[in-house]
Amino acid sequence: MSFSWARVAGIVQKELRDYRRNRFVILTMAVLPLVFIIVPVVELLLIKVSVSSSKFDTRIGLALLYMLVIPAIVPSVLAAYSVVGEREQGTLEPVLTTPIRREEFLVGKALAVLVPALGIAYVVFGIFLGIVALFADPAVASAVFKGSRLLVQLLFTPLLAGWSIWVGIAISARSVDVRAAQQLGMFASLPPLVVVALMSFNVISPSVPLALGLGAVLLALDGLGWRAVAAMFDRERLVTGGRD
Amino acid sequence: MPGRDGAATVTATRLDGPSTGPALLVEHLSKRFGTRTAFSDVSFQVGSGEVFGFLGPNGAGKTTMVRTLGTLLAPTSGSATVAGIPLTAENGPAIRSRISVMPESPGLYLRLTAAENLECFARLYRLADRQARIERALQAVNLTDRANDLCRSLSKGLRQRVALARALLSDPSVLFLDEPTSGLDPVATREVHELIGALKDRGVTIFLTTHRLEEAERLCDRVAILNTTMRLVGRPDELRAQLFKRSLEVRLRAELASPASVFVGLPGVERWEASASGSYLLTVSDPDAAAPQVARALVHAGADILSIAEPRHSLEDVYLELVDEDVEAKRR
Repeated sequence: MSFSWARVAGIVQKELRDYRRNRFVILTMAVLPLVFIIVPVVELLLIKVSVSSSKFDTRIGLALLYMLVIPAIVPSVLAAYSVVGEREQGTLEPVLTTPIRREEFLVGKALAVLVPALGIAYVVFGIFLGIVALFADPAVASAVFKGSRLLVQLLFTPLLAGWSIWVGIAISARSVDVRAAQQLGMFASLPPLVVVALMSFNVISPSVPLALGLGAVLLALDGLGWRAVAAMFDRERLVTGGRD
Repeated sequence: MPGRDGAATVTATRLDGPSTGPALLVEHLSKRFGTRTAFSDVSFQVGSGEVFGFLGPNGAGKTTMVRTLGTLLAPTSGSATVAGIPLTAENGPAIRSRISVMPESPGLYLRLTAAENLECFARLYRLADRQARIERALQAVNLTDRANDLCRSLSKGLRQRVALARALLSDPSVLFLDEPTSGLDPVATREVHELIGALKDRGVTIFLTTHRLEEAERLCDRVAILNTTMRLVGRPDELRAQLFKRSLEVRLRAELASPASVFVGLPGVERWEASASGSYLLTVSDPDAAAPQVARALVHAGADILSIAEPRHSLEDVYLELVDEDVEAKRR
């Protein structure tokens, strides 16, 4: 039996239906982005162009970094719930007794988190850019709309989300408690942000080649993450709760 | 809306046709978790279309057996063939495509409707004609009118029926039911029994684990009693015959003055004992042949006979006898 996208679609559809009716998921998807858009917008609207160039860059970088926290944190919370949550509800065992392969199950779970997370991250970033274009000082807007900064945002949003999802699912597959998994998932999703932060604050001079290079590294980590999660997805352990 | 009788509404047909070999063939199968043995050296086979009951006390290894045959757990040793496919890790997806497992807990997505739950599983089985299958499965469990209700709004009994519909969706060659009536009230239990009976009539091979002995006696063609190791396998009447000697229970209005003079030497009566005032238990080789002779001897002795009957041992008696033996063996 080969990899089936139909089975992946089955998991994605089920997850999205479940999300829509899950108050916790709705709150996570609504409140976190709201928090992470208010702070940077206020920050940018209050910037005075008279500050020193390095302070100016730092504040712009900080504001943009907030935008990248969304694709890092939102999916990690959902992904960390994905396996251990099903196990807690007793819904995992019936799924694992179907012909679904672990790769199909994991890709389905990951896509179901990735799609809304990316949608939210890009929509929020679009709103952020709109506000900056309309209401911020032209110098601030010009700094925000700089090509390399936009590239960092657009490129790193899916890559960070991918990292967070695999880390979250990995933690979820090895956890016995939903809350602990979500807290761990959130922390584990942050390290790649450090690199992005260094670029945003101009500690590492941001450039298109550097952004592409780091993007490639993150992409490779996402690929490795998928393989690592597939390897640690053990039906027996998941069903028996690690009794061995 | 279909009637309440599930038997009348199970209309789905098997897609894969009758199988020639046994539906399940288990040979010397063992499963250990570290130093703990879940079950050891278990062998049995289940014929195609048979309802096979798997009984045993808590911790006997019943659910572990279902999970092992359902490819969720890897056996420690031994071999098995499930739905005609050897039980190996590589064959997991192929086996799972031909079986259905209904775990003890229904495991439904409570924020999804009954139909949405089934749709998800229809996709996982890659079923063609999904909507028709879903409708047929819901019809089979008399739930068409609740198809669009969220599962969290359904009672425990209705959730169990949705889980059964989910298990029927793929028209499995072998259906594993793990304690399907656990925690249900008598009405819901009866409904599930009727559904299982209808599946039996349809020729579905069912592997049923249960604590309820009357359930096993009513529904199963054969039963196995497991207590880590396999204790007995057979038809309920065979098990009774294996464990209990045949006997006649005699009840009289008054005690006999000299029972030995009545019972000793009677053809077919091997031994006798007084069980209560005016009651005697006779061990006999053939109750049908011995009963008239016993009656004649009692009448000849002037006794007033209230009844002469062969005591019927239930499956529960068989089960308790075996489990008590195990408890005694552990004490020793």
